[in-house]
Amino acid sequence: MRDRHMEKGRITGIIFENIFRLSSILAIIALLMILGYIIYAGAPAMIDVGIREFLGGMEWRPTRDLYGIFPMLVGSTVVTAGAIIIGVPIGILTAVFLAEVAPEWLAKIVRPAVELLAGIPSVIYGFFGLLVIVPIIHSAFGNGGDSLLAAIIILSVMILPTIVTITETSIRAVPRSYKEGALALGASHIQAIFQVIIPAARSGILSGIVLGIGRAIGETMAVILVMGNSIKMPSSLLDRGRTMTANIALEMSYAAGQHQQMLFATGVILLIFIMILNFILLKLTRERQAK
Amino acid sequence: MSRHTKDSILKGVIYLCAFLCVAVLFWLIGYVVISGLPHLSFDFLIKDYHPDNTGGIFPMVVTTLYLIGTSLLIATPLGICSAIYLTEYAKQGRLVSIIRFATESLSGIPSIIYGLFGMLFFVTTLKMGFSIMAGAATVSIMILPTIIRTTEEAIKAVPVGYREGSLALGATKLRTLVRVVIPSALPGIVTAVLLSVGRVIGETAAIYLPVGTHYKLPTSVMSSGRTLSVHLYILAKEGISFEMAFATGTVLILTILVINFLTRLVEKKLSVGGR
Repeated sequence: MRDRHMEKGRITGIIFENIFRLSSILAIIALLMILGYIIYAGAPAMIDVGIREFLGGMEWRPTRDLYGIFPMLVGSTVVTAGAIIIGVPIGILTAVFLAEVAPEWLAKIVRPAVELLAGIPSVIYGFFGLLVIVPIIHSAFGNGGDSLLAAIIILSVMILPTIVTITETSIRAVPRSYKEGALALGASHIQAIFQVIIPAARSGILSGIVLGIGRAIGETMAVILVMGNSIKMPSSLLDRGRTMTANIALEMSYAAGQHQQMLFATGVILLIFIMILNFILLKLTRERQAK
Repeated sequence: MSRHTKDSILKGVIYLCAFLCVAVLFWLIGYVVISGLPHLSFDFLIKDYHPDNTGGIFPMVVTTLYLIGTSLLIATPLGICSAIYLTEYAKQGRLVSIIRFATESLSGIPSIIYGLFGMLFFVTTLKMGFSIMAGAATVSIMILPTIIRTTEEAIKAVPVGYREGSLALGATKLRTLVRVVIPSALPGIVTAVLLSVGRVIGETAAIYLPVGTHYKLPTSVMSSGRTLSVHLYILAKEGISFEMAFATGTVLILTILVINFLTRLVEKKLSVGGR
């Protein structure tokens, strides 16, 4: 009797273990399916049009079968780079503030604020950008306001939480002895931060930057609302431009046939960027764990 | 420049950056809420929307709630099961590192790609049509990494003694999990759910492709619909009624604030209960 009871328990245990295992394998299946479906829907058309014409083409005119996304590659790259240039220093210094400089009561205000920034929907950022940042840029430069610059400003705020959170964690992970050693050698607190702690937290900070790049390059709605979405090649930061993500989101709802396939192809290029970032991230994490 | 002045300047810059982060947040929230509150009323929440931009946002509220409910129903059990596997069963090895790489990659994929996938797979291949269901299936994949990670941390935080005590009393591993580990990890799981709700409410790009932008009240999860975020996007893009856009934006921000507050509350409870 007792044996049978235990046998039943053992079998249920095995069944559930397999259910648990299957659920966790689902993440792998989902990832493979996403990659597979997007590539399957986009790659053939991309090869049809010609990869050089697609990536290097200066004109995107679906009505004339012209599918060049070079201006959008430039658009995505420039706004992402701009957001990193502005967002990373501010983010790192804010993390330094939280981990090293701030009195406890101030950190208790700043940290939740930064976390809240992460929770604000991207469409709100876009809306705010459209009604506040765009007019400010317009009144300063008289260019209409919707521009790469507007997107850069909005994106640099949007990536802040990622940079701050990860940098703070990695600064806190630096052994206390590093800082104490630097202080004992006569360094000031600020010197210890910039010459010892930040270099020691390097790989964590880099991970934060890579995640920030991913967030900026993948952002869609906020960018659409502030960037003007012109398909022309931007010649300055004050010009309108379009990112790859915006291209997909703007045209997907009415595109058909080859046009639609080329939007999937745009998605393939975006995915390639993201997967490269993911591998860099994996390497950085391994490097940290090896230490 | 003396070391002291240099240090003071750097310290000033550090303070400035932190101030900037907080200031931007207040500016953003303040701007939208102050412009939106005058147009906000209870009527606005329960009235039907008319395409000439009058009325309220009732259909959008309902669509958003449907979407949240359905995606949580799909993702929460899956996420909890995976977290259990990763923390309680899996041995460190190839499979686990692939699973971790997969979940991390999933959280890095841009939402517009999810939208494309949802449209291709759930809407077209599985023939769900443009529907809340297709959108929910899409966003469940998006929120899965968050649920897994947060639940994992909660399970890891359950003291070993609880487990050992239960096992010593003769309970099986499964019984220990169900009766001891999961209940102790519950606040963490609630946090995971709250974070996911916030994510679903704020998502736009991944939702409007599989769900569509239909502005009428959805009759079931198989109908198309327009969530609050998508609604705000359309209002802002068309630029017809900024009053309505501000009011919708205010509803979104207030909801996010409430969720954020609840998350904090649960986390506080977690840290008190855990020690």
